[in-house]
Parts: sequence; C-alpha cells; structure tokens
Amino acid sequence: MALPKYTEPHYRIWHYIYLTICGAVFFFLIAPLFVIFPLSFNAEEFLSFSDGMKRLDPDAFSLRWYKDMIYGTKNPWGLAAKNSFIIAIFATIGSVILGTVAALGLSSRHMPYKGLIMAVLISPMIVPLIISGVAIFFFMAKAGLAATHTGIVLAHIILGTPFVVITVTATLSGFDHSVTRAAASLGSDPVNTFMKITLPLILPGVISGGLFAFVTSFDEVVVVLFLAGLENTTIPIQMWTGLREQLSPTILAVATCLIILSTLILVTAELLRRRSERLRGINR
Amino acid sequence: MSSETKQILTTDGIPLEVSLKKAERKNKIKAFLLVAPLLLFLVITYVFPIGDMLFRSVDDKMVTQMLPKTFKAMETWDGQELPDEEVFAAFHEDFIKLVEDKREGKLSTQLNYTKNGFKSIIKKLRRKSKSFEEGNYKEQIMSVHKRWANVEYWRAIKRRAPEFTSQKYLKGMDMYVNEDGKIVSVEEDRRIHRVLWLRTLEIAFFVTVFCFLMAYPIAHLLATLPMKYSNLLMICVLLPFWTSLLVRTASWMILLQQQGIVNDFFVGIGLVADDNRPEMMYNKTGSYVAMTQILLPFMVLPLYSVMKTISPSLMRAGKSLGGTPFVAFWKVYFPLTIPGIGAGCLLVFILAIGYYITPALVGGASGTLISNQIAFHMKSTLDWSFASAMGLMLLSGVLVIYWLYNKLVGIDNIKLG
Repeated sequence: MALPKYTEPHYRIWHYIYLTICGAVFFFLIAPLFVIFPLSFNAEEFLSFSDGMKRLDPDAFSLRWYKDMIYGTKNPWGLAAKNSFIIAIFATIGSVILGTVAALGLSSRHMPYKGLIMAVLISPMIVPLIISGVAIFFFMAKAGLAATHTGIVLAHIILGTPFVVITVTATLSGFDHSVTRAAASLGSDPVNTFMKITLPLILPGVISGGLFAFVTSFDEVVVVLFLAGLENTTIPIQMWTGLREQLSPTILAVATCLIILSTLILVTAELLRRRSERLRGINR
Repeated sequence: MSSETKQILTTDGIPLEVSLKKAERKNKIKAFLLVAPLLLFLVITYVFPIGDMLFRSVDDKMVTQMLPKTFKAMETWDGQELPDEEVFAAFHEDFIKLVEDKREGKLSTQLNYTKNGFKSIIKKLRRKSKSFEEGNYKEQIMSVHKRWANVEYWRAIKRRAPEFTSQKYLKGMDMYVNEDGKIVSVEEDRRIHRVLWLRTLEIAFFVTVFCFLMAYPIAHLLATLPMKYSNLLMICVLLPFWTSLLVRTASWMILLQQQGIVNDFFVGIGLVADDNRPEMMYNKTGSYVAMTQILLPFMVLPLYSVMKTISPSLMRAGKSLGGTPFVAFWKVYFPLTIPGIGAGCLLVFILAIGYYITPALVGGASGTLISNQIAFHMKSTLDWSFASAMGLMLLSGVLVIYWLYNKLVGIDNIKLG
C-alpha cells in the first residue's frame, strides 16, 4: 500500500503508526503458535528455552518428546489418536450426509417454515457449548450411550451439522436450478440427477462443510469431557488432562503435530474456497 | 362474460389451479422430507434434552416423594410454632422407610441444599432412631439434637413440599426464600454466583472490545492490500482459526508462566525485576490475553468480508469532496462496516460468554467464568438440577442478546466468512 506522493507528513506518520499496529496484531495472532514448535524439540524437561537452545547448540535439541509420544510408557496418545480419528471420521460422514440432504430441502423455494427450521438446525452452533454439553449428556445418559463411541459420534454429528448446512446452503444459493430441470427433462431420475449433476457442482461446499465438521469433532473437548469414559479418551481430552496436571513437553510434540494437521486442513480449505469462487465467477 | 370465468383446464381436464396446488404441495412435502431426517435427529437428541434441562431445573419431586406422609401431615401446620406430634410421627414413619431403602443420605443432601446443618442431624437421627420406642415421637426426635427442636428446620422441610421449585434459579442469583416465604439475597460475603455472572459479563465485554480494537485495523489492511499480499497475511488469521483450541491455550500457558518467555522478555528489557516476576497466568490477565487471541479471528473474518465489498473509490470521493482522510473514514467508511462490526461483536461476545476450556486452564480462581461453575456442578457436586438452571439462565441471556441484535442490526445483516 504505497502512499501517493502528495501525502502530507502527518498523514504519512499516521500511516506508519497504522502499519505498526497491524504488524503487532499479526504478531500477537501468529507468534504463540510458533513458540510451540522449537520447544517441542527441547532436550530438557523445561518448558522454556534452555541456554543451549539460545546458542543453537545441536545437543540442546532432540526428538525425545516425539519418541515419548509414540513409544512412551503407558502411552495414552496412541489410543487417543485412534479414537479421535475414528470418531471424527464417522461424525464427519454423518454430518455431511444429514447436513447436505437438509440443505437441499432448505434451498428449495417450496420449503415451509424456512426461518424456524433453519433456526433449529443451526442452534447447536449458537448455543454455548457448555449448555449443549449438559443437554447432550442428559440425552446420552438416558439412552445408555454415555461413555460409548456411538454416543460421542452422535454428539459430534449434532455439533457438526450446522457448519455443513450453512456452507452447502451458501453454495446452493448460487446454484442454477435449470440444470437439474434439464437433467429431469432428459429422463434422469432425482437420485441420478443429484449424483451426476448437483453433487459435483456443490462438492466444494460439501467438502468445506465436511472439513469444518471434522475439525469441530477433532478439537471438541467440552462435550466429550461429559461423555467420555476411560476407553473413549481422545486427543483433546488427553491434552486437557495433561495441561491441567502438568505441562510436559510431550504435549508440545502432540501440539506440533496438530498444528501441522491444521495447516494441511487450512490449505485444503483455502484451495476449495478459491475453486468454488472461480466456479461461481464462471457462472456469472 | 361467461367465457372469461370459465376455468382453464390442463390436458388431463383438471382445473389448472387445482393441478398447480397439487404440484406445489408435492414439492413442499418433498422439500420437507429432505430436511426431516436432520430435524428429527436434532429434535430428539438436542431440543428435547434442552427441554429436559428445564424440567430438571424446576423439578423437586424427589423430596416430595421421600416424605409423602410428613407433607400430608404438614398441610394444616401454620409454621408458627413447632409442629404437632402428628407431623413428627409421620416424619418418623417416612424416615424409617427411607432408612430401610438406604435413601436417607439423599434426603440429607437435598435438605442441606435448603438449609445448612441437616446432614449431621439426619445422620444422628438415623443412629438414634433404631432405639426409638413407640409413641411420643416428638419428644424422642427433639431429644436427638437441639436443631430438631428448632422450628426453622421444620419450616425448611415444609418448603420442600411442592413438586416444582424455583430455588435453583434463585440460588443461581444468590437468593433464597427465607422463613417468611420472601425472596432475599444471601449475605454479602457468600454471593459467589453474582460475582461470577458479573465477571463473565465483564470479561466477555472487554474481550469483545479488545478483539474489535485489534481486528479493525488488520481487517482493513487485509481488505485494501493487493490480493497477493493479503492472501499471505490472511494465513496469520486463518491458521490460528483452524488450530485446536487446546494447542493455542497450551501456547499461552507456556508464554505466560512465571519463568515463561513473556516474563523473560520483560526482565530482559528491564521492565520488571528478575525476583519480582508478575503473575500473568491463573488470574484474570491470563483469561483476557488468551481469550482475546483465540477469539480474534472470529472478529477479523466478518469485518474483512464486509470491508472487501466497500469500494475504495468511496473514500477517494469523500476526500475529493473536501473531507480530511479522518472525516472521510468516519463519515463514509465506518458506517458501511457496521454490519461486520455487529456480526463480529455478536459472535465474539457470545463465544466469550460461554467460554469454558481456556478460563479453566489459564484463569485460575479469579479468572473462571459461569461455564466453569456449570461444569463444576455437573462433575463434582453432581447437583445436575442446579447446573441445568444455571445453563438455562446463561442460554436465556444469549437469546436476549440475539433478540437485541436482531432489533438493532437485523440478523439477516450478519455476514460470515
């Protein structure tokens, strides 16, 4: 953002102050994440930079905590990671199917009571998590699903569907319905039309909704804390317990892995967003 | 004339109007059937359980069912002086039955919620009641402990007679129904919940303000920079957004601890002495700093999406018409960003008001919020009805905020991502 030549000096100064403020805010946003990365390679047990690390002494760095994460005694992380992935994958599949189908109905202009139904469908996103946690726990306890994988998957479907509903409805708002009519007039049945015509066109929206649902489930800790038994421990639960009891560098190793995972998700989500923007641009 | 009123028929010979309505209805049903699975699923697993919370929070049948005869006998008691033998005898009968079922412990917990001091005297009564003789229960029960001869304890029992109660809600506001049936506040030094409500509001409010102050300039920068730079900077906003909440909280725990990097830095530049490092975690400061950073993306994204749509020529027009850049900003640009400000503030405030994980980890005792209290009662004291009551109070607060927002800005004006 170059300033025009005619800018008066005090605006010039103001502009640099503004840029400095922006820089500081960006630093505040991103710097905490980068603290974790070097500290997870700490050879010692402390959670601050040792003198060796400050001198960039190679001996001060090690993969000790990563080894501990994978081979450590008791090792809760393996089970937690397995559970987290299983739960998140099933919750994502459930959310995507239920959410996409519901979004198709909601985008129809024939849908009765649209506002009310939309409000119910996205309510799990609006209601504070702790309240959702309490309510879902009461249901699961009654249904005998507390401390089961099924219970947690169902809970995460509840929390994940609003994202799918919102992203898919948004994608469908730019959708040209005449293509489905064209398919129907050419003799295609509704299911075939959906699979061959509608789905490929709204796929970016579906996938980014699915990503949201996946991350929601994978990061979710409030509801799981109410629901999970020892067998259902997940990565967030292990982190939560670890952070409460003692901050060990192993947690930082796990955190680094999670940051890498979220970077991958971010890249995918961004690529999808650009692709769908490009597609929408062509439609216009 | 008659030809004009003649109905238009479809090829099947059915009036067009009827045929259209039929098709319309079919479409409606079709659309509804698509939504139905999710709607049904959410109603059963989510909406009803919230209703269940409402029921639990006012339900007080437990005590009513534990002491049925006592409450029947108490109906005629005016509550002025100690009840008659009839009430004592009925209470004794109910109590013996409870002891047989081993449920007197539950009774004592429940009565203790109403008035402190029941726990020990019920325990004592259980022990002594084994050697009770028949008849004259009033004397015998009163001799167990002097509190049994205190009319206030009997009034406390009578207060539990109704099947429904608002006492959990009153307790959530540090109030209770006193002996005369009036609603009064608890003593000043025991008002823990009011402190928590106020602190929750305070932290949510200031976090929203901080987020707004920090997000506005960077959203503006992101919206005005050329695409190739802004995309790069956008990563700084999106990466934290997609990163696990616990990871971000963990990084703040590392940064803010007493031997942590922020403190090292302060010592390094000579701001604080090495032996006098300030406590930045396990108090309000920790909650403020961590929550602001964690919620910041939720403010930046709606602001950005609104600012992106504002044409830069508007600012130029404002300036060319004689406004200083500041005036042009304030009169032209700022009003156009209000929908984004509204959406961002609403989002951040509502997320902050229900925050649980971060305050529990970095907030310590003075930085915890109402959500932590709810979780505490769910997991530790197991007073689920109280947790439900507090949850619903919080929920109604959130709904009021939505309603206000809808009145002021309009919920349709929300722009996300």
